[in-house]
Amino acid sequence: MSAASIEVHRTRHPALLPLLVVLVVVAVLASLGLGAVPLAPARIVAAAMGEGDAITRTILFELRLPRALVGLMVGAMLGLAGAVLQGYLRNPLAEPSVLGASNSAALGAVAAIYFGFAEWHAAALPALAILTGLAALLLLFALAGRSESPLTLILAGIAVSTLAGAGISLSLNLSPNPFAAMEITTWLLGSIENRSSQHVLIALPCVVAGIALLLVDGRALDALALGEDGARSLGFDLGRVRLRVLLGVAIGVGGAVAVSGSIGFIGLIVPHLVRPLTDRSPSSILIPSMLGGAALLTFADVLVRLIPTSSELKLGVVTAFLGVPVFLVHLLRERRLW
Amino acid sequence: MVTVSVEGLSVALGRREVVSAVSARFHGGELVGIIGPNGAGKSTLVRAMLGLVPAQTGSVSIDGVAVGRMAARDRARTLAYLPQGQTLHWPLDVERLVSLGRLPHLAPLSRIGADDRAAVAEAMARADVGHLAHRIATELSGGERARVMLARALAVGAQGLVVDEPLAALDPGHQIDVMELLAREAHAGALVVTVLHDLTMAARYCDRLILMDQGCVVAEGAPAAVLTAETLRGVYGISAKVDLSGTAPMVVPLERIR
Repeated sequence: MSAASIEVHRTRHPALLPLLVVLVVVAVLASLGLGAVPLAPARIVAAAMGEGDAITRTILFELRLPRALVGLMVGAMLGLAGAVLQGYLRNPLAEPSVLGASNSAALGAVAAIYFGFAEWHAAALPALAILTGLAALLLLFALAGRSESPLTLILAGIAVSTLAGAGISLSLNLSPNPFAAMEITTWLLGSIENRSSQHVLIALPCVVAGIALLLVDGRALDALALGEDGARSLGFDLGRVRLRVLLGVAIGVGGAVAVSGSIGFIGLIVPHLVRPLTDRSPSSILIPSMLGGAALLTFADVLVRLIPTSSELKLGVVTAFLGVPVFLVHLLRERRLW
Repeated sequence: MVTVSVEGLSVALGRREVVSAVSARFHGGELVGIIGPNGAGKSTLVRAMLGLVPAQTGSVSIDGVAVGRMAARDRARTLAYLPQGQTLHWPLDVERLVSLGRLPHLAPLSRIGADDRAAVAEAMARADVGHLAHRIATELSGGERARVMLARALAVGAQGLVVDEPLAALDPGHQIDVMELLAREAHAGALVVTVLHDLTMAARYCDRLILMDQGCVVAEGAPAAVLTAETLRGVYGISAKVDLSGTAPMVVPLERIR
């Protein structure tokens, strides 16, 4: 076995974080500049300085900027949630949408719209999304138990995700008019088209709280590489870690889904892309996954604007196509074909 | 030197009582082997010593302090634990894996320091895995991996070391490596408690043996006192050739009796 004898020095690649920051900046500039009306960088700068024409300023501040900010927040949240769930569950296939959390949060959002709660108060929709996301994670952890087998977890995730999908389909089925049905479809497919500063304000506190809860347990996630007993013998209180992971994912992903719908696979793809450039420990991929998620989702959102289709592609459709290769790589590795 | 005392300890997993009224004392400087048939409660006893499973009745104390009252980090720095099965979920390199042993010493937000690095290097040297530092731990052979996992436990720098079945799936050479390593640690002043199945290895290296059956301690003491043909017949249901005289003690299981 030549592979086993190769000496490697696994540390975080020094260029990883600078590279990701550059990618995020480029993604934001592309998101601000590209679309139905392309804006040259000079016009963006001029508008940002308060100069330039009113149309440019309107496009920039009322359409492009909120959309870019929502993309960054949702992407960062999904990337980090994927990295934390993979570490916590010691499973490289764990991710909010694979585990059904995204779909369940979308179900909460759809229920809020369907039953009219969303009209009572602006916070009703994200609150319901967070609650259903939390319920989904509790159900998932109960179904999968303490099993460390990827299969059990994926099956439990499929069960939770299918249940939530069925709930959304039911509301689609019973929806009073085609417009309501169209809106519900948007939640299923995921999109950050036409987001306003109000969406930014809904997502921001949830995403900030989610990220704060998920960033503190990096060392406990590293210790969990030794199994639950190994981690506890190193002095970690796994009950508290579990609580923070549950709340962080539910609040963060719930808030993100409340403004974007269910966008899948970001949390699956990004940790896999950044992991080879780190020392492979769960803590080392947290911040890179957050930055990478923000960049990837923003680029995917630019892509849906550029691909010429009769109606604009939904973001979740694009990310799902991007996610499949990651599953394929895992399948091939499991079958020892690669 | 650290002392762990177990008094009247009973532990239930689910509804089944797995450890029943066990009392034992463990002192620094000795290598204690816990032996007994599968399901005798050995692993549960050592897990209870670390506070990983709660006591139903009775108590476990480390240097006179109840294990449940100790701060988790203090307990982690006092007793290092190597669970059975060599669990490792991510393909870390050996040095990174061994440095996980320093986690109980790191203050929040601090980076791993020079003294931590020194402890990691020393632990790797003691377990003779320094040359593997930059290999990927999940790709090592079973014998190499066993020593690497032991180095991870040694890196904690604890006064006590609790090891569950360190010899499983190792060839005789690697079994000797591991037992000599544990004996060296004990004779340097550490308390070393290990769950074992190989009775010859237990007889040869351990200062004291605790024989368990169905949750209870059946015999305790020097290997020659515990490993007799009668106790082996009663506990394991086997006849055995036992020769504990001289420098090469032997316990050879012959056949099943019941």
